[in-house]
Amino acid sequence: MTGLLAKTARTAGTLRILSSVTAILLIAGCTNYYEIPIETPIKPKLDVSAFQRVLVAGFIAGGTEDVDGNLETTRLLRSQLRTKSDLRVIDTDVLPLMEVAQEEPGTEAKAEPAGAPTKGEVGGEAEGKEAAKAQSKDAKDVKTAKGEPKPEAKDAKAEAKGEGPQADKAPAIKDPKDLEPYEHVFADVEYWKKIGEEYQNPLIVTGTVMFTPHQRSGIVQREEEVYDSFGRRRVVPVRTYMERKGYILQPKFIFIDGRTGAVIHSENFREEVLYNANQSTPALSSYFELMDRLIPSFLSTLSSQKIKGTRVLLQ
Amino acid sequence: MRMRGLMLLFLFGATAAPLAADAHADAKKQVDFGITVAQKGLWREAIYRWERAVQIDPKYAEALNDLAIAYEHEGDLEKARVAYEKALDLQPNNAQIKQNYELFKEINDRTTRKDSQDSGDSQDSQ
Repeated sequence: MTGLLAKTARTAGTLRILSSVTAILLIAGCTNYYEIPIETPIKPKLDVSAFQRVLVAGFIAGGTEDVDGNLETTRLLRSQLRTKSDLRVIDTDVLPLMEVAQEEPGTEAKAEPAGAPTKGEVGGEAEGKEAAKAQSKDAKDVKTAKGEPKPEAKDAKAEAKGEGPQADKAPAIKDPKDLEPYEHVFADVEYWKKIGEEYQNPLIVTGTVMFTPHQRSGIVQREEEVYDSFGRRRVVPVRTYMERKGYILQPKFIFIDGRTGAVIHSENFREEVLYNANQSTPALSSYFELMDRLIPSFLSTLSSQKIKGTRVLLQ
Repeated sequence: MRMRGLMLLFLFGATAAPLAADAHADAKKQVDFGITVAQKGLWREAIYRWERAVQIDPKYAEALNDLAIAYEHEGDLEKARVAYEKALDLQPNNAQIKQNYELFKEINDRTTRKDSQDSGDSQDSQ
């Protein structure tokens, strides 16, 4: 009887050892992996090899009056393209697209682009032209008549006062639907072809920008610091009813071939941000916060991007 | 006659198993070398090695996973997708392959969404 018990115990022991060894082997077999960083190149959506220059022409903008969507978007895209793309950025007046769109299609606008701006510099080569002396006084923001940039301070002042290119007009565009009557301008091949000829057939970037205030209330989960009786700090999730306000940015970027005047690509974006109701965030800060989010996507249309990540190699 | 048939079958079985094991061992050597060179940034060489591994042992899910990663690194997203999906067909419960595939899909979906948007919104310039 004792012998039988001893034998059983020995067998159980052997089994335990065997199972442990098997488990170790299994774990060892499963852990043959190596984390490796990778960079996935994403090809640009547009083949822009045919273009040497890019003209960010201007935008039909609407929404809040606190930010001049046309001027700010044009400036921001130009500066981004200047540093992050191989295309030479044409620095010139912003087109008063709303005025162009308001004109009867097929009349003067086609013969001589109403919004044709004074030619500016491309990387230092100043070629002032009187293409459009009748250039709207609205477009005085980016350059002077000689094509020299105005001091930033002046622009900032103008913005503070709300004196953007379209500031003296009644803010007719309050809703994305209000943009529809103006959108035909982007399909005006003759107009864009003319603009293209003015600037040696660049890639033209234009579109619409809606930047609207937004409010939302509801239950929000946030983290709160709690200290127990021993003074230990803990962070706990707390659900509270909150009223929040912020902005929605809805740009549509339209890419036009300056050689043909035809739209070659267009893209819609939508970004929104909400803050606590008692937090006062300037509209311009929100605008830049939201634009920051979609700039990489905009740039990936024109230039290749690399997405960094980590993967697991297996043996 | 039946006896001879059985003998032949036995012989085939006895030799096929070690051959398969040899093939896997050869493929594993290629995979290991591929990992070494990939860690040094030599992705083209790694692709060559992992392609060889998959040729030798087409059911080697890990090799397909590694190959997919290399294709992804080279920007060949379509080839990467095919390789990941083959790897997952072979080992549907492999958490690491699944994780790699999910991360890949995030990038791939973004680019395909852009492509479909292009075709929907854009017009030909000519």
